[in-house]
Amino acid sequence: MSIITTMSMRGTTMFGDYFSRALIAGIGLALVAGPLGCFVVWRRMAYFGDTMAHSALLGVALSIILSMNMTLGVFAVAALVAGALIVLQRQATLSTDALLGILSHSTLAVGLVLVGFLTTVRIDLMGFLFGDILAVSVEDIAIIYGGGVAILAILVLAWRPLLASTVSPELAEAEGLRPEASRLVLMILMASVIAIAMKLVGVLLITSLLIIPAATARRLSATPETMAAVAAILGAIAVVGGLFGSRTWDTASGPSIVVMALIIFLVSLTVPVTRLFGRRETHGA
Amino acid sequence: MDAQAHKETLITLSNAGVTRGGRTLVRGVDMTISRGEIVTLIGPNGSGKSTTAKLATGVLKPSTGSVTRQPGLRIGYVPQKLTIDWTLPLTVERLMTLTGRYPATAIDEALEAVGAQRLRKAAVQELSGGEFQRVLFARAMIRKPDLLVLDEPVQGVDFSGEVALYELVRQIRDTTRSGILMISHDLHVVMAETDTVICLNGHVCCRGTPSAVKRSPEYLRLFGERAAHTLAIYEHHHDHEHHDDGCVVPEGHAHEHHHDHEHAGHDHVR
Repeated sequence: MSIITTMSMRGTTMFGDYFSRALIAGIGLALVAGPLGCFVVWRRMAYFGDTMAHSALLGVALSIILSMNMTLGVFAVAALVAGALIVLQRQATLSTDALLGILSHSTLAVGLVLVGFLTTVRIDLMGFLFGDILAVSVEDIAIIYGGGVAILAILVLAWRPLLASTVSPELAEAEGLRPEASRLVLMILMASVIAIAMKLVGVLLITSLLIIPAATARRLSATPETMAAVAAILGAIAVVGGLFGSRTWDTASGPSIVVMALIIFLVSLTVPVTRLFGRRETHGA
Repeated sequence: MDAQAHKETLITLSNAGVTRGGRTLVRGVDMTISRGEIVTLIGPNGSGKSTTAKLATGVLKPSTGSVTRQPGLRIGYVPQKLTIDWTLPLTVERLMTLTGRYPATAIDEALEAVGAQRLRKAAVQELSGGEFQRVLFARAMIRKPDLLVLDEPVQGVDFSGEVALYELVRQIRDTTRSGILMISHDLHVVMAETDTVICLNGHVCCRGTPSAVKRSPEYLRLFGERAAHTLAIYEHHHDHEHHDDGCVVPEGHAHEHHHDHEHAGHDHVR
């Protein structure tokens, strides 16, 4: 997981050396996570996203047991957990907060226990918990960009109804949109991002890539669309900065990316919000 | 009102009711809304006002009875006290195109109609209650709706803002040919221009013109004598059609009306 030698970039193709592959994969992920992360922030789904991410380990274990594609397995389990939460919320016995706490940690624990039972396969547990972006293969890059383009396309096509039902479900519903469908679309998109992100940053750090760039972008944006674009760009900067940092100081790559995102966030706090937008025109003649 | 000439029915509810999980939310509602008509739903919390409005807009399907809507009916909706989180950057301009795409000129016109054109570039989070409500009216009106649904339009707005908003509703009724469905938790203020007040409590307990409802024994039973004494009917002060009720108008205009209800506006004039 650590970088021992500085790699020679000479004579390798773009996908040839692991550092370039990590950069390409990370940037691809950030470009998707930023815009989607905006919805996570707007709809206060941070803990919800965390819960889905934690269930990814259960997805890993199950897909090994059932010998199925790991990305699909993680997606399926994350989507199931989201569905289970919706059903439990309808029962309205425990608060959403408590339900999330139960689901989040129990899926993680069940995943860890199941992984322990797998004697036939050796699993790099640290890799799944904190990611191993430097081990990304060309195939992984294909999955990230294929999935990423699909996620962004859905996000663009469904943007207006998604945003309208975020602002006010009642309003969206009364004017002929379907907020329940929007919610479902968002959950599926989140499950997809978690599935493609798990290998890169690990189940414990996925939501940070969704939330930190989006939260940083808020202070720099006056409209939802700018915020989505700025979040994508800031996420990509965090990936590049984090990866170069991890190479320079020989630190773990996933956490380095998150630390870089945090540093950008802290810097953004110094930007005075009112200077940038939201001015009303003064009374005219 | 003289709009009887071309009465085009937009929505008809006949004996409509909704049952959910074995619980009856509302039953036996008969209601029609026509162009240029204002219908106000009043009733205590949980009396089925929102459910009835959702039946009208088509969000809910009736479990009993029927709801017929004019085909292709366009609905504009003004929600009750919408709070938009700081995390969501939204300018007034962007809010205008929330559920549909409109050209800049349409946005200007809609904002101008409610006197909010200078707020165009402002962030919604920094608007006052009254300003935000006006902007929400403009957003609903830009759709050129056949039916405008107002859910608690004056909640969280101070008294002078409240009067101004009722004035705006009157203006919208007069200048567009929309039907207006208003939902009100405030049992005490009903616009005088309301054509039909429907008083709900799980079922329709009384209906009619504002002044008729005020006198109906069902209304008195539901809300008590005291409520009836304070039911104020807001009238536009240039409207020379005289009603036999008191009214709430801003100070200084009160003398323009005759009052045969000395308790009118008790709770509202400060």
